[in-house]
Amino acid sequence: MALPRRALLVSAALSVCLLVTGCGAGDDRDSGGSPGAVSDADIEAALAAGGRITVWAWEPTLKQVVADFQDRYPNVTVDLVNAGTGNDQYTALQNAVTARSGVPDVAQVEYYALPQFVLSKALTDLTGYGADKLEATFTPGPWTAVRSGGGVHGLPMDSGPMALFYNKEVFDKHGLRVPTTWDEYVTEAEKLHRADPNAYITSDTGDAGFATSMIWQAGGRPYRVDGTSVGIDLADQGTRTFTATWQRLIDGKLLAPIVGWSDAWYKGLSDGTIATLVIGAWMPANLESGVQAASGKWRVAPMPQWEAGGSVTAENGGSSLAIPEQGANKTLAYAFLRYATVAEGAQTRTDRGAFPATTAQLNAPQFLDKEFPYFGGQQVNQVLAESAARVSPGWSYLPFQVYANSVFGDTVGRAYQGGTTLQDGLLAWQDVSVTYGRDQGFTIR
Amino acid sequence: MARTPTATGNAARSAGRRPPRVRRREARRSGSVALTALTGLVLVYTLLPLAWLLINATKTQQGLFDSFGLAFAEDFALVDNIADVLTQDDGIFLRWLLNTLLYVCVGAGGATLLAALAGYGLAKFAFPGRRAIFAVVIGAVAVPGTALAVPTFLMFSRLGLTNTPWAIIIPSLVSPFGLYLMWTFAAAAVPDELIESARVDGAGEFRTFFTVSAPLLAPGTITVLLFNVVATWNNYFLPLIMLKNPDWYPLTIGLKTWSQQAGTAGGEAIFHLVITGSLLTIVPLIAAFLLLQRYWQSGLSTGGVKE
Repeated sequence: MALPRRALLVSAALSVCLLVTGCGAGDDRDSGGSPGAVSDADIEAALAAGGRITVWAWEPTLKQVVADFQDRYPNVTVDLVNAGTGNDQYTALQNAVTARSGVPDVAQVEYYALPQFVLSKALTDLTGYGADKLEATFTPGPWTAVRSGGGVHGLPMDSGPMALFYNKEVFDKHGLRVPTTWDEYVTEAEKLHRADPNAYITSDTGDAGFATSMIWQAGGRPYRVDGTSVGIDLADQGTRTFTATWQRLIDGKLLAPIVGWSDAWYKGLSDGTIATLVIGAWMPANLESGVQAASGKWRVAPMPQWEAGGSVTAENGGSSLAIPEQGANKTLAYAFLRYATVAEGAQTRTDRGAFPATTAQLNAPQFLDKEFPYFGGQQVNQVLAESAARVSPGWSYLPFQVYANSVFGDTVGRAYQGGTTLQDGLLAWQDVSVTYGRDQGFTIR
Repeated sequence: MARTPTATGNAARSAGRRPPRVRRREARRSGSVALTALTGLVLVYTLLPLAWLLINATKTQQGLFDSFGLAFAEDFALVDNIADVLTQDDGIFLRWLLNTLLYVCVGAGGATLLAALAGYGLAKFAFPGRRAIFAVVIGAVAVPGTALAVPTFLMFSRLGLTNTPWAIIIPSLVSPFGLYLMWTFAAAAVPDELIESARVDGAGEFRTFFTVSAPLLAPGTITVLLFNVVATWNNYFLPLIMLKNPDWYPLTIGLKTWSQQAGTAGGEAIFHLVITGSLLTIVPLIAAFLLLQRYWQSGLSTGGVKE
């Protein structure tokens, strides 16, 4: 029910955008009547004057950030609301924006979903608040993500440079080597599954976020976005590199048929059914809280490479805090944003297990040298921080990636049941994306 | 299996005008065995999820991963789990429980009262336009609540009522099916003569309703109340789109947010609390059923027999 409505909303927003900007070539900076420039003094004044802002976010470490923020600025009240996780929150946000009521002052938006909200002019360009000067504050991957569509439409909260998480106990038991290339990964997958038919190298039933990250690492750039003109090519060299290898895992039935993030998935991570995860750097927190019994068994290694000796990585997940265009108290909202992502909040969140998007936190010795008992005392952050520095540049998501990801299972998902090949599944996904994009008024190249 | 009784019956008929008693009884017995088996199967099917819920509510998060679903884990953590459910996120579960109770008491209770009053009025007072109202009510029964949720959301957001308890309570007050049930029930259960004699004795219409008619309507009212309580208690889609503030969530939405925590970067997987919370959520509903069972059954059968 939500989809056709969302489609309507986006298309309505899009047509308005086209009218206002004249074929989408307009300048974001002056749109929506946002104030021209807000100085640091204005922000301090807003903090002193105080007020009440509502923050929609599900990220757990923000609770402490809000508490500290309110202690520091007693005149400000922050209502931290979990309005749903991921997609649910985006639907709620889009509904509120359309209804022009109940729009929060701050909203958590994942990087892959940002372009969609930017394009429908739902988010404030933070350039006027001085956000454009923060480039050196953040690592390149997340910074590129919030800069989509010109302007700065959010401040990075965390990032997800990818690495290989593996269960050392399982590896030792079956004498497996930690794979450094994807070919080795497939070889070890075969070895493991032969040694123990219940164990798999990893689980995958079709996950859009993972597939796009893998294509990203392989050098594929299937999405070319220029305003409302979009190119989609899920048959480029990088995409084919990924599908060729991953198809071998599917054909060999070497992937556990376990849906990600389900209780069965956590169970598999706990009992050794799933031996590795190639996933974002935020995963340690999830393992520590969700899979306590596997403590001491897991380790982290660099992401396997497409070419031996390479050192290219990609991002997986991560989210920003953004200010909806209809928010009532934007200056105060920005003050909170700055606190949570640039100032003290960034440290608070890092201390509580979030993987930072800020260079200061990422390069701090106390962060890099921290030993994780969960990972057998390994200094996990060194591997992860190195991955952050090696993220392959130039990636962009579709301006309707939220929709595209929601139909990934219907198209590419079939490949995992053997109904089609992964490459054909991706082409079917491309067709659906193209059709949808055209219907929304995008020019598809 | 279903063919057996018929086949026996045909054989009996062809053997003579009156089939021997023994054979008939056998046919009945085999039919009843089949039925009993079928009922047993359905019973198991129905109770299995409940048994799973009960068993798994006693496990820790780790115990859930380590043990078979329908067997107890080594550690018995039910009490700990209940304590954790009640204290997680500053005890927000209790807040959700109170919210649900509020929606049920005001929403379902109000809906039942309105349905009783309106059903009685339509059944016992002749006035022009009655048939039109009947048509509207019947039509309204046919529209599923889910289909109305989005238009209701847009209307309520215009009124500025979204994200308030009113957005749940006001739609819950309308129960076309309850109204229809009360209507037919009142038509049969309250004799016109009784109302007339009350009027002759000088009672006003409201007094007549509450002192004379209401006791007669009790079985029907309880039935409608139970329907409304269950519907409001389980209401999911309406609060999902109306409410964004966890402080106003009912249990259904609250538990879902807990279960979704597992599916996010940096989120906390608390499957054991979701399961124990679900168990706690159905307890009041089961209690309501057991307490109101007598009335509810008599209410269901009313109107089924012509006196």
